[in-house]
Amino acid sequence: MAIEAAAGGQSAFDQLVQEARPKRTVAQNLKRFARRKPAGAISAVVLILLALIALFAPVIATHDPIRDQVAAERLEAPSASHIMGTDNLGRDVFSRVIYGARISLQVGFLAIGLGTVVGMVIGVLSGYLGGKLDLVVQRVVDVLMGFPFIILAMLLVVALGASLLNVGLALSVAIVPRVVRLSRSSTLSVKEEVYVLAAVTIGVSLLRMVLRHILPNTLGPVFVLATGALGGVIVAEAGLAFLGLGIPPPSPSWGGMLNIGARGYMEAAPWMVIFPGIALSAVVFTFALLGDALRDVLDPRLRRGDS
Amino acid sequence: MGTLLEVRDLRTEFNSEGGIVKAVDGVSYDLQEGETLGLVGESGCGKSVSALSLLRLIPNPPGRIVGGEVIFEGQDLMKLTERQMRSIRGNKIAMIFQEPMTSLNPVLTIGRQLTETVELHMGYSPEAAVRRSVELLEMVGIPDARSRLSNYPHQFSGGMRQRVMIAIALSCTPRLLLADEATTALDVTIQAQILELIKNLSTELGTAVIIITHNLGVVARYADRVNVMYAGKIIERGTADEIYETPKHPYTRGLLGSVPRLDVDREDRLASIEGMPPDLDRLPPGCSFVPRCPHADDHCRAEMPPLSSKDGTEHVYACWKGHEFGPLELVQTQA
Repeated sequence: MAIEAAAGGQSAFDQLVQEARPKRTVAQNLKRFARRKPAGAISAVVLILLALIALFAPVIATHDPIRDQVAAERLEAPSASHIMGTDNLGRDVFSRVIYGARISLQVGFLAIGLGTVVGMVIGVLSGYLGGKLDLVVQRVVDVLMGFPFIILAMLLVVALGASLLNVGLALSVAIVPRVVRLSRSSTLSVKEEVYVLAAVTIGVSLLRMVLRHILPNTLGPVFVLATGALGGVIVAEAGLAFLGLGIPPPSPSWGGMLNIGARGYMEAAPWMVIFPGIALSAVVFTFALLGDALRDVLDPRLRRGDS
Repeated sequence: MGTLLEVRDLRTEFNSEGGIVKAVDGVSYDLQEGETLGLVGESGCGKSVSALSLLRLIPNPPGRIVGGEVIFEGQDLMKLTERQMRSIRGNKIAMIFQEPMTSLNPVLTIGRQLTETVELHMGYSPEAAVRRSVELLEMVGIPDARSRLSNYPHQFSGGMRQRVMIAIALSCTPRLLLADEATTALDVTIQAQILELIKNLSTELGTAVIIITHNLGVVARYADRVNVMYAGKIIERGTADEIYETPKHPYTRGLLGSVPRLDVDREDRLASIEGMPPDLDRLPPGCSFVPRCPHADDHCRAEMPPLSSKDGTEHVYACWKGHEFGPLELVQTQA
């Protein structure tokens, strides 16, 4: 009986397989993610909160981060009116930390967005086309990777001049080589897949092949790298600011606040260092957690069998 | 019915560490419109490479097509530009592969993959392409086709994925379908379904099919004519009946003799062809089959026999002694 049913066009087995895998909605998928990766889910929530804080900074901040300078209230310890104290110019530290989230996220997303897009295009083309192009591109990447990340970024900021846009650009250039390497290596394995050969046999063009068949299949690892690196880029921006190469004052960047605080007021007004420091570490930590959780979810080897 | 495809002296080589491997070594055959041709041989004999050569899909380096003509609908595919070639692939000549589990792109829905071919070659609008896709899925026997379009490949079983591959391959009504071990990875029951499907659809659409396989049962049942390949060359060609009843080449005889049979005493050893297929970069000067052939003599060692027949029939074989062999006893075609 079973064989007869199987021979009749559609096998009963196929139907069973289909029924065993109900379609999930986006909400259900999110719920599953939360259940399996609580740390990842929490960090995602924290980051969403952070984004909201950055977005609504003017509403949340109690003072203007730049203009509200009260000489009489310099270096005040945390109190009801200044919950994180005031800095050397009498500015409210809490408000500056809140506005600092804007700068950190802007620089972070600008650098990562630009860096991954450019890196992926170069990496996928280099891997897919191979040959001399690949050779040349990879030697250039070798050279760039030879520089420590922060040194490369410093060089570029010095050359371009310090501004939010330029810091973002410099950090994105520093990210590109790593993205190129990663997406090239994913491309090398993806291009051996039968579905790529199958796409060639239906006559797709180079552009369509790369954009539609190769690139989407290499996204997973790049995504993970980007999420993890986002924290790194924010730290790097703080590092540049600490060295005086970041977004110029009086913009309230966390790195810049650390720079001024740590230089002269570490003992007199430790809150000038502690609060931006906590904000910075918390953000980097949550990005790292989210990156880890995403890696587990997106890695096809870990996913196989329970997708 | 006219001739659809004429392959003349096709040669494909690969560079390897051991030297040049002649994977396809002067293969010639032709194919009538709507005909089903079997291409049989063991692993590494050049079956797949000869099929990929037709579409000019040999990875270069290390491989290259070094000579020959592939005349398809009157034009030599070897002389076309890459752009012209792309308009033939998937449109006039389609191919399906052995691995249904990996031949669909895992990140695209079935619908996107089905519509891609018709959008590329037929210039269908997205709506028309979707309508066509539903039609195609129904044609290959996938129920509830419209809702399946938004599924991803991992939601399909192997047999269903191969049906989808067939749907994609046939979406532009190609003149020629290359089925490279299309059923090898599937269960026998599913194999039979898929082969019936290919056969029915090719008859309906008038598509010629080249079935590439090492499964002699498949060829016996579905092919009109059979080419037997060994070491990059065609060594015997005839109708399926001729090949199965009176195989003339010792290799074909060996292959047919080694099909496991239910009616032979299970204590008996399975018949096999002694030895290994030759290294394609170190072929002996005469007939490639000499080292494994029980009938070989000095003439065989010195000179490669041409593909011909003693009595001038269409059943040709590359063996000096082929005419001496009569019908193969014991062998009934496995169906």
